[in-house]
Amino acid sequence: MRFYIRKLITFISTLVLVSVITFLVFQVLPGDPAQIILGVDADPQQIAALHEAMGLDRSAGERYLMWIKDTLSGDFGTSVRYHRPVADLLLERLPVTLSLALFSLGLTLIIGLPLGIYIARRDGKLSSLLLSLFTQLGVSVPSFWLAFILILLFSVTFKLFPTYGYTSWSTNPLGAIRSLFLPSLALAIPGFAVVIRYLRNTLLDQSRMDYVRTARSKGLHEKGIMYHHILRNGLIPVITIVGLLIADTLGGSIVVENVFALPGIGNLLVSSIGARDLPLVQTMVLYIAVIVVSINFIVDMLYKVIDPRIRLKR
Amino acid sequence: MNWKQLTKSKPLLIGSSLIALLMLMMLISLFYTPYGPNDMNSGIRLSHPQLSHLFGTDNFGRDIFSRIMKGSQTAFLIGLSSVLIGLSLGVLIGAISGYFGGWLDEVIMRLMDALLAFPGILLAIMLVSVFGPGLNNTIIALGIMSIPSFSRIARSGFMQYKEFDFVKAAIAKGAGPLRVIWYHILPNIASSLIVATSLRFSGSILAEAGLSYLGLGVQPPDPSWGRMLNEAQPFMINAPWYVLITGVIITIMVLGFNLLGDGLRDLYDRKS
Repeated sequence: MRFYIRKLITFISTLVLVSVITFLVFQVLPGDPAQIILGVDADPQQIAALHEAMGLDRSAGERYLMWIKDTLSGDFGTSVRYHRPVADLLLERLPVTLSLALFSLGLTLIIGLPLGIYIARRDGKLSSLLLSLFTQLGVSVPSFWLAFILILLFSVTFKLFPTYGYTSWSTNPLGAIRSLFLPSLALAIPGFAVVIRYLRNTLLDQSRMDYVRTARSKGLHEKGIMYHHILRNGLIPVITIVGLLIADTLGGSIVVENVFALPGIGNLLVSSIGARDLPLVQTMVLYIAVIVVSINFIVDMLYKVIDPRIRLKR
Repeated sequence: MNWKQLTKSKPLLIGSSLIALLMLMMLISLFYTPYGPNDMNSGIRLSHPQLSHLFGTDNFGRDIFSRIMKGSQTAFLIGLSSVLIGLSLGVLIGAISGYFGGWLDEVIMRLMDALLAFPGILLAIMLVSVFGPGLNNTIIALGIMSIPSFSRIARSGFMQYKEFDFVKAAIAKGAGPLRVIWYHILPNIASSLIVATSLRFSGSILAEAGLSYLGLGVQPPDPSWGRMLNEAQPFMINAPWYVLITGVIITIMVLGFNLLGDGLRDLYDRKS
């Protein structure tokens, strides 16, 4: 029980700090937001009125509390550019980013895990060389450049997938899969490298354990030891990388969405910066960070549920 | 470690050769590029790689090879300065946290966790969106981005070493915290910091490429590989070599520093 309470306190304090960081960064912004919204030739009375409406006449502490109160009640403010509630804009964009993240995570795990297990079992010189080549390249290639290569290969040369754009799930599910496949793959390939590397290390660690020697001396065949003994223990730490992968995927999708002109959160984020729509940027940054913190929290909890041996590091 | 050990490690050998090659290119570009990196020539737009233009030309007829050479200066400058910012601030924060411990440690580490909650280049994007794009702001943003990883390494090192007898002896002899931190503990965690420096270097290069590709990083006329990818994208079908070559160069640099970092880590691990 102490474990859960401590983790919960950590979770909440991290959330508070994330929101404070986000708030503070946008506080040091040069220029007067009211002036930016109303334009250069607004009269001082209008600006003063908007100051009051936006709460700019109050102290930073008060404004932070107001902002948090509004955010918690689901009021994310209004976009300067679209003149619409930020919450609505986010809800429109969220399905795209979420599908992309889940799709690529699915690809990473479905292809990466079996591949990792298969590779971890071979110890040949050539295969381990190829493996380290692939994993090193996988973490070194910029995922958005990988996206270019995939477009050149699969869209331009083989004409299998659209080069850019998004088809929504409701209009055409098959089209949605087709439009998400290449971006997901671009995000998943670095993920493969991470999964394979990690899996190989944990499986090798496990295979040196005493219980494996015991199993072997009992005369069990290697395949049985692998699947019934090593994998069972070796897969638990893999949950940790799922949390890591989700954060990576969300971070990577900011750039990759822009390569494929997918109308997701990353795309909106970058175009909002161009348009100086900073309330929108602030909310989106907080939103993504909160998702990452929450996922890490859930992963921590799951980890403990699956493996009760885990204790607080102290 | 001796020379033989160094050359036996393949990652170390390959990584440092790749970096040496790029560094050579960077040094040459300080004095010489085949063409002016910003010289336009409307007669030879998007021409193939050929003897007179090794990597072809871009949509303004600029020589891509010269631009890649010039861009290596930006890459090294950004990588080096952002890593130095991250290293110095990160070690300072980690040292305070690990050496003094207690509630200060708790607060600092929560803060680092919070910084790590902004995935990938999101933290850099946030900072650049407020302070504006450009070379200096990109360096600062990427520097701040790499603080948490350095501070964590420094913290765990300091926590571990402050319990060692030689450190306790130094304190008993009257050495102040600064002296203990600087002369007694820091040299012992230098190896893991060097490894992290190499790995963060590649992280900075990747992040810069992403930022500049989005138009949020380095701005023209400063040459940048990420920016070049942005410019190359519309001509991807007609001039695929432009996209290919630029990306390969970025990958080589990132790969070089990743291999160097991994190789050094293996070396240090085996030693200890």
